[in-house]
Amino acid sequence: MLRATVNKILTYSVVDGPGNRMVIFLQGCNFACAACHNPYTIGVCDDCGDCLPVCEPKALTLQSGKITFDATLCTDCDNCLGICPISASPMVQQMNVDDILEIARKHHPFLTGITVSGGEATLQLKFITALFTAIKADPDLSNLTCFIDTNGHLGPKGWSQILPVTDGVMMDVKALDPTLHRTLTGQGNAKLLRAARIVFDAGKLYELRFMAAPDVNDTEKEITALADFALSLSPQIRIRINAFQLHGVKGKARDWNAMDKARVDQITTRLNAFGLQNIVTPAMYL
Amino acid sequence: MKKTFKTLRAITNDKTLSFNQKARYLSLEAENMLPYPDLDAETAQALDQRVICDMYEGHAPYKPRYVLPDFAVVLKNGSEYLELPIPQTLDEAINTLMIAYHHTPSVTGMPVYIGQLDDLLLPFCDHISDDALYRKIKLFWRYLDRVLPDAFMHANIGPSDNRVARTILRVDAELKQIAPNLTFFYDPDITSDEILDIATANIVECSKPHIGNHPVHVKNFDERGYGIVSCYNVLPIAGGASTLTRVNLKEVAKRADSVDHFFDTLLPHYMELNFKLTEARVDYLFNHSNFFDSFLVTEGWIDRDRFTVMYGIYAMAEAVNILQDLAGNKGCYGHDDAANQIGYRMSAMMEEIVANRPLENVWRGHAMLHAQAGISIDDGATPGVRIPYGTEPDPVTHIQALAPHHKHYASGISEILTIDETIKNNPAAMTQLCKGAFASGFHEFTANVASNDLVRVTGYMIRLSDVAKFQACEGSRTNTTALGAEAAQNTGILNRKPRVVGNELAPRYGQ
Ligand code: SF4
Ligand code: SF4
Repeated sequence: MLRATVNKILTYSVVDGPGNRMVIFLQGCNFACAACHNPYTIGVCDDCGDCLPVCEPKALTLQSGKITFDATLCTDCDNCLGICPISASPMVQQMNVDDILEIARKHHPFLTGITVSGGEATLQLKFITALFTAIKADPDLSNLTCFIDTNGHLGPKGWSQILPVTDGVMMDVKALDPTLHRTLTGQGNAKLLRAARIVFDAGKLYELRFMAAPDVNDTEKEITALADFALSLSPQIRIRINAFQLHGVKGKARDWNAMDKARVDQITTRLNAFGLQNIVTPAMYL
Repeated sequence: MKKTFKTLRAITNDKTLSFNQKARYLSLEAENMLPYPDLDAETAQALDQRVICDMYEGHAPYKPRYVLPDFAVVLKNGSEYLELPIPQTLDEAINTLMIAYHHTPSVTGMPVYIGQLDDLLLPFCDHISDDALYRKIKLFWRYLDRVLPDAFMHANIGPSDNRVARTILRVDAELKQIAPNLTFFYDPDITSDEILDIATANIVECSKPHIGNHPVHVKNFDERGYGIVSCYNVLPIAGGASTLTRVNLKEVAKRADSVDHFFDTLLPHYMELNFKLTEARVDYLFNHSNFFDSFLVTEGWIDRDRFTVMYGIYAMAEAVNILQDLAGNKGCYGHDDAANQIGYRMSAMMEEIVANRPLENVWRGHAMLHAQAGISIDDGATPGVRIPYGTEPDPVTHIQALAPHHKHYASGISEILTIDETIKNNPAAMTQLCKGAFASGFHEFTANVASNDLVRVTGYMIRLSDVAKFQACEGSRTNTTALGAEAAQNTGILNRKPRVVGNELAPRYGQ
């Protein structure tokens, strides 16, 4: 049976698409972003066992070569995340489509829809296609909208598989300059820019997300390029500016500065001046 | 006498009270010089120890706690006593209501109910343009906040989508006043999605209105209808509540030596004492005070037979946690299923006891159970059946944990969901939460958005900026700021230092 590696499920989220959404965080990512706020979702555990000794309450054990996790013993110390050499997490669950439908059913009256996030959700494309198809086919759940939060690194074939059962896509744009994008994520951005257009043409691009970090990707050149690209889609395209914060960040982005409101407002003013009309700024700054 | 003089002098010379506020506290001191209505020794002792509580309503109940006049009567007939002709225009109708409010008694002297405003005003709106309606409602709203500055004063609108309701929502979001408090009645069969969206967008803007689950309330009342007044009290129109007494479940649990002892012996025992306290107060109001000889009765604004009594309970969270300790269980109220089950059992049992205890001079012959939302002097006791401040789970889990209680509390129950401000970019989520809450059995949906200046303290609104001013000792124009400040200090709601006055929830001077 089709299974996914799930890092976490939230049944209350107001920041992952319209309305209140159930969010399924899938483990594993094909980017290695400097500014990742939850780096422990990047890798997929290879059962090396390195985290066993640091788990004091023995929530982690090795059973026939596989890491198993007992949530009832876990104290949330996160020692295992700190030690993992490949940015994976042992605190994941294997879930099938029915497991997720059951949770959705229990919380159905509160839900506007579901969102798959990550990690990078489209790495488990088969699973999310099956999940969205099952939701649309279930008479009790078919009113839920199905959204994907993605880095866009998926080719046209993949999109043609998932878009027919998808209602909306939120796509990250880390940088418009390909070299800068590669520095920030480890990958180029041609694929994602093409993906944005494919999704937009299908009428399903809910928003572009721009994680702005001071002096990293908020230069005049970057903002102009972002505006040009967005305008080539539509002046009404919704662009959400997320402000880079140090919270949770590991690695080289620790040396960056946090983004403040004044600077976000400047970016908004610049984007507005280009004719972009639908800029969403953070409701709060930490 | 010396001590009394000292208190009275402190009131007359107080720096922060307005002269109206001083007059009210002086009258309370005078009332409380009278002996209390006769109580047997056991009841008196329980009251003294505050296991049961009379909300410090005063020693001589000469008016019902909450009065919900049928304002449609005065709009239809005018008033002979007040020499008011029958209103013909919208201006006259609003003016008639403004006058009527001044003759609406309550425990604090301020009206707690100002009517189902859309039903009352719509018949006068036929030839009124949208703009004129907006300007008139705005002036009306300003009058209410400035002249009757009490956050317990409550307006009702809905469930239909209509011009008056829309205009009120627009004005309310624009002015962001403390008063009046506002409830929108929601009925999925009648209410449009559009006006529900406007109402929930208002919550995001200014933490008002509350949304009431109209179909469940309708079922609990009769054809004359119900109103939601003060801080989520659901009561019969053309009547109200004579009194509100309450049992402190934490104090009862503290006296228990086992879970069975609590359920089999102590809870029924203290509930009975609270009934006796209630009877003594109702007896005074009905048989000694002469209140019902008023024109309010002869002109049909109210009916002597339509006054219920509210049977309050509070501090369920603490009580359940004490019982969990007694049983050697770890799980906490609000988070652990077994702990929550004990709470549901309490609610069901109390509803049954209340329904089967006959009371004289009470609408339908018995009290109505109420999850009481606290007063500013409550310390270490969580309002009603709520989950203690600062320990609440996410809003969905929160609603799911408390929903099974709601059906037991016909005269009102409310939770305050604190929602972080990321919801400002996504008001549709508020609508969804509201619908989810009602589908799960909630009677009332109330939410605070974390960064709003206008926030709820237990059930009424205060402005955080007023509280801050208060700390700087400037006094406040509105009565509830002061008691919000007091509640914030004693119950740790805002962790702000408070000061002085207040109406319903600060029932005595200088605590
Ligand atoms: S989580 Fe990381 S450290 Fe632990 S077993 Fe898996 S790969 Fe190894
Ligand atoms: S977070 Fe949980 S599983 Fe990981 S080391 Fe700590 S206790 Fe063990």
